[in-house]
Amino acid sequence: MPNKRKWYKNALIALAYLAVWEAASLLVGKELLLPSPSSTVARLAVLLIQSDTWLFAGLTLLRIMAGYFMGVFAGILLAILTARSHFSEELLSPLRSVVKATPVTSFILLALLWLSSGLVPLFISFLMVLPMVWTTTAEAILQTDRRLVEMCRVFGLSRWKIIQTVYIPSVLPQVLASCTTALGFAWKSGVAAEIIALPKQSIGYRLYESKLRIETVDLFAWTLLVIALSVLLERLLVWSMRRIRHD
Amino acid sequence: MTELQIRRLYKAYGGHVVFHDFSADIPLEGITVLRGASGAGKTTLFRLLLGLEQPDSGEISGMSGRKPAVVFQEDRLLPWRNALKNVSIVSSEKAAERALERLGLGDSLHLLPRELSGGMRRRVALARALAYGGDILFLDEPFTGLDEENKRAAAREILDSKLPALVITHEEDEARLLGGFRTIGIPQAAGDLG
Repeated sequence: MPNKRKWYKNALIALAYLAVWEAASLLVGKELLLPSPSSTVARLAVLLIQSDTWLFAGLTLLRIMAGYFMGVFAGILLAILTARSHFSEELLSPLRSVVKATPVTSFILLALLWLSSGLVPLFISFLMVLPMVWTTTAEAILQTDRRLVEMCRVFGLSRWKIIQTVYIPSVLPQVLASCTTALGFAWKSGVAAEIIALPKQSIGYRLYESKLRIETVDLFAWTLLVIALSVLLERLLVWSMRRIRHD
Repeated sequence: MTELQIRRLYKAYGGHVVFHDFSADIPLEGITVLRGASGAGKTTLFRLLLGLEQPDSGEISGMSGRKPAVVFQEDRLLPWRNALKNVSIVSSEKAAERALERLGLGDSLHLLPRELSGGMRRRVALARALAYGGDILFLDEPFTGLDEENKRAAAREILDSKLPALVITHEEDEARLLGGFRTIGIPQAAGDLG
């Protein structure tokens, strides 16, 4: 019952926002500046029955998720390395700081010089995810209770068994939380990279095209699709992570 | 070798001397209670014997090849594992269950440490040491937080294990529960070097 009530509450909140949007659109009175929710949803419905939309969405998803998973993997590996060795931390931390501090657009422009347009979103998602997962995981490893590790060593547990029993359960909640946050960043920066790099078959290209032709309803419809995909992905990730944590 | 030998041990932290020219022989049979004032270095001696810390000088022998089973000053239970799984990381599940049951925790096998009282957590830590199958027990304040009945049950289990045990306890009554024990006094060292 409480779930049903929560669902009603969320639906009411969504309706309230839609009403505000509709009212604002009526007030502005120009679809070119602010399309109404009804025309945006109608346009999105048309887009969704076109096979191209699914192809573009699928390829955007593929590029961004490939960069995301590579970033997570590399972030965890670097975290293990830098948490274990002070020298590695000193050697690699300037690199992490540079990646964190550089504006994403600078990286996109640089990547355009180095890579094909299709690879730019992948590379940018990778770069956004890497320092986040790296920093959080390294901190989580360093915060692991040394007394538990010591206890396992005294009782003769192997190194792998200590990793399984102490390190992984200890760092997992923080790593999973950073992976969830990083997904949002990967998605946003990946689409931004597509808008600048313009790989032909991508959501970013459609967004750019809509802006170029001043088709504001299209711009809103594609943006709505990006938001919907992002929310869906995040839900999927949170659900998978809950399963991982409970296993 | 049937005893642990400590020769001319010196250990200091910064300017604070914990052991200064300390020597002792600890027979590896029965119960040996380490006594000393608070801060005299009883827990440090445990850590040195277990190889968790190295002496600044002096020699400790007799631990090589031994399989120590330890109750630390803190419980050191894995917060994400229930009582049974906390014990079974060092033993078989069957041995873990038996040890917990003998210490009166048969109904709490599947509770997480945060769901256990302080005394129950202490008994899980003791069950872990007893189920391990070690050949020498190191028990640092093993009865902390236990009521009289559970103290007696814990002492009985320690004695039934027939393992040589080194015990740190401040309470005379608790030491007496362990029967005919011998005592090794740890003198207050030279103190601060300044």
